Amino acid sequence: MGAVRPRISLPRSFASSMHAFANPARFLRIARPLTPVLLLSGLAITAAALVYGLFFAPAERLQGETVRILFIHVPTAWLGMGGWTAIAIASLVELVWRHPLAALAARGAAVPGAVFAAVCLATGSIWGRPAWGTWWVWDGRLTSMLVLLFLYIGYIALAGAVQREGGSSRIPAIFGLVGAVNIPIIHYSVIWWNSLHQPPSLGMGSSAMAAPFLWGLLAATLGFSLLFGGVVLARMRALLADIQAEARLRRKAQEV
Amino acid sequence: MREALDQWTFVIAAYVVGVGATLALVLWSWWAMRRAERRRDKARGK
Repeated sequence: MGAVRPRISLPRSFASSMHAFANPARFLRIARPLTPVLLLSGLAITAAALVYGLFFAPAERLQGETVRILFIHVPTAWLGMGGWTAIAIASLVELVWRHPLAALAARGAAVPGAVFAAVCLATGSIWGRPAWGTWWVWDGRLTSMLVLLFLYIGYIALAGAVQREGGSSRIPAIFGLVGAVNIPIIHYSVIWWNSLHQPPSLGMGSSAMAAPFLWGLLAATLGFSLLFGGVVLARMRALLADIQAEARLRRKAQEV
Repeated sequence: MREALDQWTFVIAAYVVGVGATLALVLWSWWAMRRAERRRDKARGK
């Protein structure tokens, strides 16, 4: 039996509300109706925002029609980074408070995070060709985003191997926390280093973006975020069902 | 000499990549979830 680790004490209300969702049955009671709601509303809002971006948004003075790529590229970039932030927070919760669903939440965020990081890189490359005259440059923003995609792939492989081989779930959790160092590097890369990539157009409460682009972008971000949430819940339900099926099959095999 | 690039080609390519990958992600996640939950229910003997 392992040594008992000291737990960090939390305010009673926070700890009890966090652990209220530790029960898989309670989690499923919430996740079952929420998953289709998030996915369907996400699909509807994303479709509306992209139709607006493709057919109704005006062309931009300097970038012309290619500015329409903004409505896919920027939300997927934010969610690519947001996905790893979610992994890091869930990993911290797992390592410190050993919340039973935290590892599932981290694994659930990995695949959609990786897909959105890949879409961000692909659409950025497609946008770069007419805007910069090149598909790719090894500058800080593009390289750190590519590193994020590799981190996702490494995390998915590591977490899968740990589940398959029966290792400790703390190993991918540590990887998730350490990998979070890349998130501020991506964010500040365009400020720290010379880059073809433009600096941020949106700050906290400030925007350098014209209203027709800003509102379309916010709608697309909302739609993609709802889809992200729905996919995370679907992945968590799939991982939980796999664990429950394996446990049941093992018990049945022992009874024979 | 300036290259003549049709901007719409790049826009459409980006939308095909983005929409295609997102739809594939949503459909695969839903299908994988349903398959895993059916397998669990079968293991429980339901």
